[in-house]
Amino acid sequence: MTTSKRRSFREPSLLTKVLLQVAAIGILITVLFPIIWVFSVSLSPLNLIRPDGLNLIPKDATLESYLQVIERPTGNPVSFLELAVNSMKIAGGTALASVSLGVLAAYPLSRLAFRGRTFIMLVILGVLMLPAVATLAPLFVTLNGIKLNLPILGAFNLRNSQLGVGIAIVSGSLPFAIWNLKGYLDTIPRELEEAAAVDGASQMRIFRSIVLPLALPAIAVTGFLGFISGWTEFYYSWMFLTQPRDFTLAMALSAMTGTYASAIPWPLVSAFSIMLTLPPAIVYLLSQRFITGGLAVGSVKG
Amino acid sequence: MSIFTRVNRRSLTPYMFIAPAMIVMAIVTIYPLIFQFWMSFTNYGLANLRQGAPAPDWVGLENYVKILTSELAIPNYSFLRLFLYNIFWALSNVTIHIILGVAIALLLNHPGLKLKRLYRALYVLPVLIPPIVVATTWRNMFNQDAGAINMLLGLVGQVFRIPPETFQLDWLRQVEDPISFIPLPLSYYAMLIANIWLGWPLNAVVATGALQAIPKDLYEAAEIDGAGKWASFKTITLTYLRPAMVPFAIYGFVVTFNLFSLAYFMSAGGPFGRTELLVTQAYRLVNERQLYAVGAAFAVVLFVILLTISLITNRISKATARYDDF
Repeated sequence: MTTSKRRSFREPSLLTKVLLQVAAIGILITVLFPIIWVFSVSLSPLNLIRPDGLNLIPKDATLESYLQVIERPTGNPVSFLELAVNSMKIAGGTALASVSLGVLAAYPLSRLAFRGRTFIMLVILGVLMLPAVATLAPLFVTLNGIKLNLPILGAFNLRNSQLGVGIAIVSGSLPFAIWNLKGYLDTIPRELEEAAAVDGASQMRIFRSIVLPLALPAIAVTGFLGFISGWTEFYYSWMFLTQPRDFTLAMALSAMTGTYASAIPWPLVSAFSIMLTLPPAIVYLLSQRFITGGLAVGSVKG
Repeated sequence: MSIFTRVNRRSLTPYMFIAPAMIVMAIVTIYPLIFQFWMSFTNYGLANLRQGAPAPDWVGLENYVKILTSELAIPNYSFLRLFLYNIFWALSNVTIHIILGVAIALLLNHPGLKLKRLYRALYVLPVLIPPIVVATTWRNMFNQDAGAINMLLGLVGQVFRIPPETFQLDWLRQVEDPISFIPLPLSYYAMLIANIWLGWPLNAVVATGALQAIPKDLYEAAEIDGAGKWASFKTITLTYLRPAMVPFAIYGFVVTFNLFSLAYFMSAGGPFGRTELLVTQAYRLVNERQLYAVGAAFAVVLFVILLTISLITNRISKATARYDDF
């Protein structure tokens, strides 16, 4: 049976196989070319402001640009770690806020019948259509009008603070989190919950001991996606923040490549780009199976 | 009705769950949107920003009229050009992404190709790189003097004895159109190349998934029936690809339509604002020009455009959702 099946499908000729391999390698070269270029430029010495040719390993290859990035990547007296901590605060805070609020809201939207449900779904869907830039003006103006005086943090303008940037990011990431988590919860079978309800468990109990553990992959994925977008967030932080101690990684990279950055050595920019890319890429690669599992189901509806 | 757990209609439990998120959303999302709508009918500007500053004046539809009739007092602004370019930018990108994505998925699905898993893993690398890094890297790659693209073209040109000076292209700033009868600047082509690099891998992933779901017997049956390669590609492969690729194409269209990073960081909208997108223009109005009220009106216009697009695409995806009806 199997042999006859195989015979009916011609074995590809050697020429076909070679051509396929050549095509696949050709595509691979175009995919890897920019990545390899950045790596090789990042290894160039810092006094080479611009690369002078295409070299896989540049002349006098060195790691000094990485050391410079760690110590002081931009003109401001701020180290890479300080920038990374700022990005981390914004990314972690917004991811945590939108996922925890999001999963609580996703549960009744997926499972419970109540007045106003359709209306809420429509509002969330409408908001989701808007790109992040679309609420820039009102958020800037509103947050700029709020002066806070908090213990520990002291007095500050909410607009010119990481808290303000976080609030602006949550305005877009929370509707996404609700939608994505609701989409995932819709795919989880209800039998367990029904059984628990028959046994007299409360909604809170069902949510805590059945729904929450089952939704863990989607929670992790939504949190990861939120973290990634916060890690490289640009619009709000660039618009809101003015004090160098608040600056984020994306802001620094933008300042290193703008029109006014002609004196900034590219080895520095390249090393910075790599160090900005590596943390989320490593997390993604380590948790790839987990992520595609939670995403494939959850995001189809998004 | 029955799919929902029956709770007492008057029960407060659902509201307890949903209240925290709704309160936060009402404050940070809904209120700014309503405020934005109000702002768009005023002349809110830098002068109204200080604490204790006078309230802005009501100007009615003035902002909208100025936006749509291209009367804004900023250089290189034309609404019609922006809008048409934005549509063309999204359409041209998505078309190429899908064709390349499907073609490469077919290659990766070919029984004669070795090391499939390795290629699949490496081909998606561009997706892992943050958009701002992608955009700034391609900006440098397309630099006139030190960029890798001109150097690469020079090396390839040497083989054909073309002097390297031929390839001193000012990709992102050249004013003259490279193809005289197509009114698109060279920076459009540079951004197209960058976005093709970024865009096809996910299309290939989706197409690969759809290809693997095609029962192999179908091809055998077609071969027995005497169908040629092209005929079975058209009737079997494309039929199975369509329900997976159409929704993804629509998603890709919306993402590309609003693709901030390349237009902002790579070309900075240049030359003369000709590669500006609606989203980058909206950002510049607020961030660089401090025209808060105009920016708000612009965002409302953008919202209407996106709403129209999603109504149209909804129709398309409904019309193509099933493959048993043709």
